[in-house]
Amino acid sequence: MNLDIPSIRTDFPILSRSIRGKQLVYFDNGATNQKPIEVIERMSDYYRNINSNVHRGVHFLSQIATDAMENARATVRDFLHAASIEEIIFTKGTTESINLVAHSYGKAFVRAGDEIIVSEMEHHANIVPWQMLCEEKGAILKVAKVNDDGSLDLDYLNSLFTPRTKLLAITHISNVMGIINPIQQIISHAHQNGIHVLVDGAQAVPHTPVDVQTLDADFYVFSSHKMYGPMGVGILYGKHELLQKMPPYQTGGEMIKEVSFEKTTFNELPFKFEAGTPMVAEILGLATAIEYIQRLGISNIEAYEKELFSYANQQLIQIKGITILGTAVNKASTISFNLEGIHHYDLGSLLDQMGFAVRTGNHCAQPLMNRMKLDGTVRVSFAVYNTTDEIDLFVQGVQKAQLMLL
Amino acid sequence: MKIEEEKNAIIEEFELFDDWMDRYNYIIEMGKTTDGLSDEFKTKQYLISGCQSQVWLTAAMQEGKVHFKADSDAIITKGIVQLLLRVANNRTPDEIVNEDYSFLDKIGLKEHLSPTRSNGLTSMIKQIRLYALVFKTKESQNNN
Repeated sequence: MNLDIPSIRTDFPILSRSIRGKQLVYFDNGATNQKPIEVIERMSDYYRNINSNVHRGVHFLSQIATDAMENARATVRDFLHAASIEEIIFTKGTTESINLVAHSYGKAFVRAGDEIIVSEMEHHANIVPWQMLCEEKGAILKVAKVNDDGSLDLDYLNSLFTPRTKLLAITHISNVMGIINPIQQIISHAHQNGIHVLVDGAQAVPHTPVDVQTLDADFYVFSSHKMYGPMGVGILYGKHELLQKMPPYQTGGEMIKEVSFEKTTFNELPFKFEAGTPMVAEILGLATAIEYIQRLGISNIEAYEKELFSYANQQLIQIKGITILGTAVNKASTISFNLEGIHHYDLGSLLDQMGFAVRTGNHCAQPLMNRMKLDGTVRVSFAVYNTTDEIDLFVQGVQKAQLMLL
Repeated sequence: MKIEEEKNAIIEEFELFDDWMDRYNYIIEMGKTTDGLSDEFKTKQYLISGCQSQVWLTAAMQEGKVHFKADSDAIITKGIVQLLLRVANNRTPDEIVNEDYSFLDKIGLKEHLSPTRSNGLTSMIKQIRLYALVFKTKESQNNN
C-alpha cells in the first residue's frame, strides 16, 4: 500500500511551524520524532476526563484509568507479538529498561568472574549500566568489534562466547549509522551457547516490524518518544521465566502484595517491576502512537523510509568531499556523514540557521567514534512524514554551508 | 578601548549585517584568519572539552592585565572565541570577572552559549573567569 504522505504530514501539527522564518525540516528523528495530533489529544483527554490513580480505587474513574492502562499494555503486547501481557513492563524509557535489567538480572544471575558482552556500536545507555554491574559484581565486560564498513564482526562476536558468558547486550539498529544487525542470527548463536540476549530496539521499533517471539529475544527494550509517542515512557519486554526469577528494581507502592515490618511479598508480573504511580497519560499516548503506526502499517512505513533512505544516499554521495559513516548494505533511515575539511559543529550550526534539524556530535556513542577515528558526524534520520523534497532542500543546504565554510 | 566600548563596537559591526549569512560569514572569516594556538598548546592541559567542539585556552598575566590565547577545532566556535577575547583580553581580573558576556545575545549568537550546544564556549567563559580569579588571588597575595 502506498502511503499518502501529504495527508500524513497534516497529522503532525509541529511540521507546519517555521524556524527562523524558514519551513522546518525535521531530520532528527533518531533523537526523538514528532507526535501526531491524536497522541497529543489522547494525553490531553486523559487529564481532562479520566485522571485518577490506577490499580487502587474502586471508584468509577479509577476503573476507567486502570482499564485504559491495561488495554495499552495489551496494545504493546500485540505490537511486539509477545506471548503474554505479563511480559510487558512500563518504564521511563530505553535507558531505564536497560538499567532495570542490569540491576535485577544482575542480582539474580551474574556472579564474580562471569562475562557480559556489549558491542562497539552501542549507545552509552547500553554500555554504562553493564560496566557498573561488572564493577559491582567483579564480572568481566567484553566488547564485540565493528568492521570498517560499520557492520558487526560476527566471527569475533562468536569467538567471545565462553561458558562464563551470561548475557549479550546489543543494539538492533545502530543509532549512529543506521546499520541493521542480523539480530535473529545473533540471538540464535548466543542461545546455542546458553547466553541470554538483551536487544536495544530504540532505533528499530519505529522503522521495522519486530516480533519478539520470532526473534526469540530474552529482553527487548525501547522508548515511546522515538516512535511517535510521548517522552517519559518506554518498554521492557522480558521473557516470563526470566522476569519471574529477577528481584524487583525499585520498591514502594503498586509492586507489593503484602507489607509488614517483618516481611514484604511482591506483586505478580508485570506489577512487580512497576513501583509507584505510573505515567498513565504517557502510557495511553504510547498506545495511541502504536495504533497510529499500525493504521499506516509498519511494513508500509518501512518500505517508504527505504525509498527516502536510498534517495538521500544517492543525492548526498554526489556532494564533493562527503564521507558516509558505515557503508554496510543493510541500513535503515539514518545517515551519518562528514565533509572533508569541515567540522561537524560548523556544518550543523549553519544547517540550523537554514531551518534544518539535524544531530551533530558523537551521538552518545563515543566508543564507536573512537573506533572509527572520528570526533563526530552530522546525522540525518528520517520518519514517515519526511519527503524527497525535503531531502533536495537539505542537499542544497549542505552545499551552501560547504561553500561558506571552505 | 574600554570593555564597554569594545562590546559596543562589536554590536555595531554586527548591526551592519542584513541576515544570518552575513553574520556567519564574518564569524567564519574571523575563525579562518585568526592565528590560533600552536600544536604544543593543543594539549589536555589547556583543553576545554565540549561534546561537539573543543576549545583550547591559555592565559598569562602582564602588568596587571590578563592575556588570553585560544583556539578551537570548529571554525565557527573559533570565530566566536575571538569575539569573546576581544572583550576579555588585556583587561584586569576584576573587569573579566564582572563581565557577563551577554553581548553575544545582542548579535544573534545566543544559541551558541546554550549549554545544550556543548561546544566548549560556556565552559570557556567559566574558565576565563577562573583564570582571572586565580590571577587576582595571586596578585593580592603578592601585595600582602
